[in-house]
Amino acid sequence: MGTLQLTPRIITLFIGIALVLVGLWVGQNVNLLPVDASVNAPLYDQLFKVLFSIGTTLFIGIVGMVVYSLMRFRRRSGTVTEGAAVEGNLPLEILWTAIPAVVVLFVGIYSFDIYDRMGGMVPMHDHSMAGMETMHEPEASGPGQKTWAGISSVSVEGQPPVAAVPIEVTAMQFAFIFRYPEADIISGELHVPAGQPVSLRMTANDVIHAFWVPEFRLKQDIIPGQPTLLSFTATRPGSYPIVCAELCGAYHGGMRSTVIVEPPEEFANWVAKNSPVKATPASATLIS
Amino acid sequence: MTLSTPSNLADTQEHLRWQRYFGFSTDHKVIGLQYLVCGFLFYFIGGALAGALRTELLTPISDFMPREVYNEVLTMHGTIMIFLWIVPVVNGAFGNYLIPFYVGARDMAYPRLNAVAFWMIPPAGLLLISSYFLGGASQSGWTAYPPLSLSTAATGQVIWILSVLLLGGSSIFGAINFVATVLKMRRPGLKMMQLPMYCWAMLGTSILVLLSTPVLAGTLVLLSFDIVAHTGFFNPAMGGNAVVYQHLFWFYSHPAVYIMVLPAFGLVSEILPVHARKPLFGYTTMVYSIMAIVFLGLIVWAHHMFTSGTPPWMRLFFTIATSFIAVPTGIKFFNWLATLWGGSISLNTAVMFSCGFIVNFVFGGITGVALAQVPFDIHVHDTYFVVGHFHYIVYGGTVFVIFASMYHWYPKVVGRMLNEPLGQLHFWLTFIGLNLCFAPQHWLGLNGMPRRVAEYDPQFQFINQLSSAGALLMAVSTLPFLINVIWSAYRGAVAGDNPWNALTPEWLTSSPPPEHNWHGEAPLVHEPYGYGLKSPAAS
Repeated sequence: MGTLQLTPRIITLFIGIALVLVGLWVGQNVNLLPVDASVNAPLYDQLFKVLFSIGTTLFIGIVGMVVYSLMRFRRRSGTVTEGAAVEGNLPLEILWTAIPAVVVLFVGIYSFDIYDRMGGMVPMHDHSMAGMETMHEPEASGPGQKTWAGISSVSVEGQPPVAAVPIEVTAMQFAFIFRYPEADIISGELHVPAGQPVSLRMTANDVIHAFWVPEFRLKQDIIPGQPTLLSFTATRPGSYPIVCAELCGAYHGGMRSTVIVEPPEEFANWVAKNSPVKATPASATLIS
Repeated sequence: MTLSTPSNLADTQEHLRWQRYFGFSTDHKVIGLQYLVCGFLFYFIGGALAGALRTELLTPISDFMPREVYNEVLTMHGTIMIFLWIVPVVNGAFGNYLIPFYVGARDMAYPRLNAVAFWMIPPAGLLLISSYFLGGASQSGWTAYPPLSLSTAATGQVIWILSVLLLGGSSIFGAINFVATVLKMRRPGLKMMQLPMYCWAMLGTSILVLLSTPVLAGTLVLLSFDIVAHTGFFNPAMGGNAVVYQHLFWFYSHPAVYIMVLPAFGLVSEILPVHARKPLFGYTTMVYSIMAIVFLGLIVWAHHMFTSGTPPWMRLFFTIATSFIAVPTGIKFFNWLATLWGGSISLNTAVMFSCGFIVNFVFGGITGVALAQVPFDIHVHDTYFVVGHFHYIVYGGTVFVIFASMYHWYPKVVGRMLNEPLGQLHFWLTFIGLNLCFAPQHWLGLNGMPRRVAEYDPQFQFINQLSSAGALLMAVSTLPFLINVIWSAYRGAVAGDNPWNALTPEWLTSSPPPEHNWHGEAPLVHEPYGYGLKSPAAS
């Protein structure tokens, strides 16, 4: 009798374990993301896998419950039968309040750990890290000003911190313009060295635009009147699209550019070839 | 319990006279149907616009319509579907029809205000559509972010603002009426905790409307000043702040999501117990979870602005608050699953659409919790991932519930049953169409396709065509529905007063109900969900 009573529970337990395993397998093995090309992209992909695993487990479990209930407790047409008059069950209600609360808390804490490792929680300085500039306090606009938000990038692990390459981005209907202030280069494409932090200071001339590189897993709005900052460290040499992600007018879909990630020496060659400033100390630090 | 008398023929015919539906009627049932039919007309317009968008997206280049027109169409599609279809139908149509029955009243608290609220909608809708012919409709999306909304199609933008202000006013009048009716019009002896769940859902929704819609109205008035009088509230070129607009806009527009889904939660809570022949599981926790969603829904708006330049503390706060909405929402879903469990479930179309809603909404809810996480959102914000997510919520969620409600309450309103095989066909076409249309869009967003674009990277063409095929299936699915609704009105099986053996008060009168709802005294229903066998031996 005891074994008979336990059987449904054991079955439930096995189904639960199987669901978690399926969720973990799907999360680890089904790749929905493009190639990763920045330091924080693998961190993002790690978070994505965890969320994908949890989501798959929950979704299959709940859909399974619905389908099973509809088949198991189906009423034949034409018959009149009643279900059981169960109005509630307090322990069950507490259980399915507590479990989602714990899952959500775990997801929140884990994603903030990821966010922190991406550099999002670091108090940031203009031209070194990400965020939005405070435009209302003139005394705070000098170097060393603390700005907050955006997302920034950590250095490649195991390497000493390197000075970020400063680049000024101007967004307008319907193009991005990139200016390298130290080398005095103006370009329609963004060239960046692999493995070295890059710091974008972005301004918009007309309406709100957004700078998005899917392979970097990074996006930041570019807002007129309020310069925004975004830092990243590219890792994988190659060409990736820069996409405007904020509706900016008729040609919004055509507002695209390219970021070219190059090994540091190729990047240095590109700078040397295009810069009117020949071999100044500034460009030397830039390509170091 | 009062037994309903056979319907008085003259009374019924008087009630069904079609002229009444085009006039200033104060009968809550007439107003409810006015909201419903008006909403469906705009649904078909909004759907046709969606069809135009999906046709443009069959190819990576912009070749079906001019780019400006594409932006007009996407703006109109969003505005019509939200403000002229889902909000008026799920609140105005079902709320006005059902709430007086549920509280045991003959009408709403303020019948004339009720009629005024409805009659603001057709002019607002016509005004909105007329903008297309008056120099071009708004091109700035339903969000109307400045400075874009200040620099494109000024006439269209101002008309858009006027139209949304009218619709917001209508929504506020409706909400005042629902709050007053639920709190003050209850039949003597009927306690709050004995009300059908839809009353609680409408109470919660109306609180959200009253707290958040005025903020949108004020914001849009300032925006119109910026356009017409060249003030600089949101114009950075004149010292204004474009991000402040986003905060104010989303202070309304995130609660608007709950204004669209909470009534749907309420309607599903009415439908499932009837057809599963079981009480609604966990009535009390259902009530508390509605109120928790109302409270949390008011403090999550900035999760729409994670890439706008929000400081880390704000990102932290809004991530946590948004994530926690999953808890009360989850409670509701588990309670519906428990309501089905051990029931005697009739697999009719109303149940199929309700269960389709559960499946779709759980999917949209899971992607929603993912989107609430700042690092996740920074990649997929403003992409097709978000488009897929919110269509699972508003179409897979709320619109599925609207259809479930049509199959459930049509017999009461018309007096005849809808055809079941046509209903099942409608369900499966819609369900497959929805998933084919919106599931692939998540992949598009993750891989680099932004939203609101008329042209895109050619590598995304096949998946976009798949999505468009799903949209076509959804368009086709409305045909069996339309045929069913019209054919059944004349040839459907006669429903009788209570074809589902339901216990809520609207079923304890004739179908269609007489002008004052019941032929005699309003019934006092203490247990609206008293289904099921009290003891197994009693069968």
